[in-house]
Amino acid sequence: MMCSLAILINEQAKLLNGVEGFMYPNEIGLQWSVLIVLYPFITGLVAGAFILASLERVFHVEAVKPTYRLALLTALSFLIVAPLPLQLHLGHPERSPEMYFTPHSTSAMAMFGYVYLWYLMAVLVFEIWLDYRRDIVLLSQSTRGPLGWIYKFMTLGSDNISPRSLHIDEKVGWIITLIGIPSAFLLHGYVGFIFGSIKANPWWSSPLMPVVFIFSAMVSGIAGVLLIYMAVTKLRRQPIDMRCVDTIAMYLFYTFLIDFSLEMLDLIHRIYEADESFRSLDFMVHTRLYIPHIVVQIIVGTATPLILLFITQVVKLPERVRKQMYVTAGVLALLGIFAMRWNVVIGGQLFSKSFLGYTTYKMTLITREGSLVAAGLALLPLLILWVLVKLLPPWSPDEKSQHAIGD
Amino acid sequence: MKLSRRHFLVLMPAAAIAWKAVLAGTPDQAPNYKLSEHWWGMLIDVPKCIGCGNCVRACQIENDVPDGYFRTWVERYHVHDEDMTNPEVISPDAGKEGFPVVKEDAGKYFFVPKMCNHCSDSPCTQVCPVGATFVTPDGVVLVDPKYCLGCAYCVQACPYGCRYIHPEKKVADKCSLCYHRITKGLTTACCESCPTGARQLVDLKNPQDAIHEFLKTHSVQVLKPQMATGAKAYYNGLDGSVR
Repeated sequence: MMCSLAILINEQAKLLNGVEGFMYPNEIGLQWSVLIVLYPFITGLVAGAFILASLERVFHVEAVKPTYRLALLTALSFLIVAPLPLQLHLGHPERSPEMYFTPHSTSAMAMFGYVYLWYLMAVLVFEIWLDYRRDIVLLSQSTRGPLGWIYKFMTLGSDNISPRSLHIDEKVGWIITLIGIPSAFLLHGYVGFIFGSIKANPWWSSPLMPVVFIFSAMVSGIAGVLLIYMAVTKLRRQPIDMRCVDTIAMYLFYTFLIDFSLEMLDLIHRIYEADESFRSLDFMVHTRLYIPHIVVQIIVGTATPLILLFITQVVKLPERVRKQMYVTAGVLALLGIFAMRWNVVIGGQLFSKSFLGYTTYKMTLITREGSLVAAGLALLPLLILWVLVKLLPPWSPDEKSQHAIGD
Repeated sequence: MKLSRRHFLVLMPAAAIAWKAVLAGTPDQAPNYKLSEHWWGMLIDVPKCIGCGNCVRACQIENDVPDGYFRTWVERYHVHDEDMTNPEVISPDAGKEGFPVVKEDAGKYFFVPKMCNHCSDSPCTQVCPVGATFVTPDGVVLVDPKYCLGCAYCVQACPYGCRYIHPEKKVADKCSLCYHRITKGLTTACCESCPTGARQLVDLKNPQDAIHEFLKTHSVQVLKPQMATGAKAYYNGLDGSVR
């Protein structure tokens, strides 16, 4: 009698916990929250923005030049925030330096600190410094007060802006960008590897995962910079360089197409192979993940922006319509990529490793890993970008007059 | 049994020694314990398990396991004849208080105790970013709670769902194979409390251990062999439907 009562209470507790079928007892609560969704989303924006910047620097795509510096600053803003969701998620954040001092050689995650530091310091900060060095020196000479001291500090004691010195900067910057492209791939490919290498989880375990992550990163980064460029230009009351946004939109379309093809390849492979996990995953996609996966990620966040971008590629549309379509496609692409991260991270924890049951993710509002903190972390890079843009304006002072002539 | 005065006098000193050990609260030290001489594992004899939940309760008491989390648990499988690959599985409160009486007779029912498999190629150990979880030289997978970051990567990597993040300590926690006991010559709490001998601690490096004979004469499997984790929880009489 007591036992039956206990069972009844337990079944009710399971229902309240959102459990359906059988979960191993320790699987009911999710280990990785929305913050871990945010982490690959942010690093993806970093990698994508950097790759867009490298188009001009390495591949000489002159059309995207107006976004070059903005893309670098965007990448830096998001990279500064990238470790925060991880820190907030850790049970013992004060122990995280151990990853640098005593990394475990077989752990993919142990690489994080090194990849992050390499990318932040050796690639991004160095490249930005080299690119801005002339401006920094000039600003340090023309600015007074605390801001002047900041610029003085940023010169790192080097005020030589002779043509020869700037030429060396240019050469070194080019090499750094060249190193930066594989580094950007490494940064985000590694994030994909963290998930893709977990053999215990069939939703994650795939050698395609790092590649999908890289291409989706490029999509989000390109879309992010496109939107930021259009918004900032509008705020500055400057004309949007249509040649630039048309080119970015073209790259966005082709990258998105590759990303979508890879994701579909993964999906078709899973459906056709239909291994032991398939029934469980299929059920999940048709129930708990239907809205975030089928509706938000595939229909709204991928197919719709792809169609919009396709139209802009094949039909000659007026400038105003193109702008609207780019903004819509950019916003939807970002939404789709965020949904993809959500479906990977949260979706991968909603089913039991026994393939016999499902649980529910309950997002809290005001906790360390709650939605308010996540929203704050998502907006923080934009705040940092605003500060960086004020400190290091990505546009030259004479740009306005150039546009005026061009117009 | 009738206890004679002679028997009583013989048993008294032994009982006194045993009582002293109980009062001391700790087993005798094993100063001669050598890590390299042991390779621990567990034999789980599925047909012998009666689903009483003693093992779960003993483990929770012995290891101070927090409520709602489990270092070991018992599942009851109900496999229908017509759909062997989709069993109905329950584990109410991890089987701690036993299981409801079976109402439906069709198909087969059996209990499966679960715990950390103390894998020799453990994925949890592989992914730990700081090496806070490790395999001891005598084959037990342990977590150093003073070193663990609480990132939960190991929880994700375990194919058997054996790990959790301790709600108060905020570090990974799991079955330690009662390491504090076995290194002192005792067996684990779950093995000691099992009334049918369905769980047996085994030492694969001990030539005298009965496991060698058992493995020779029985069809023994590990859980999810396709994961190639080098699992050392050996299951006798394991049904193919068990996940």
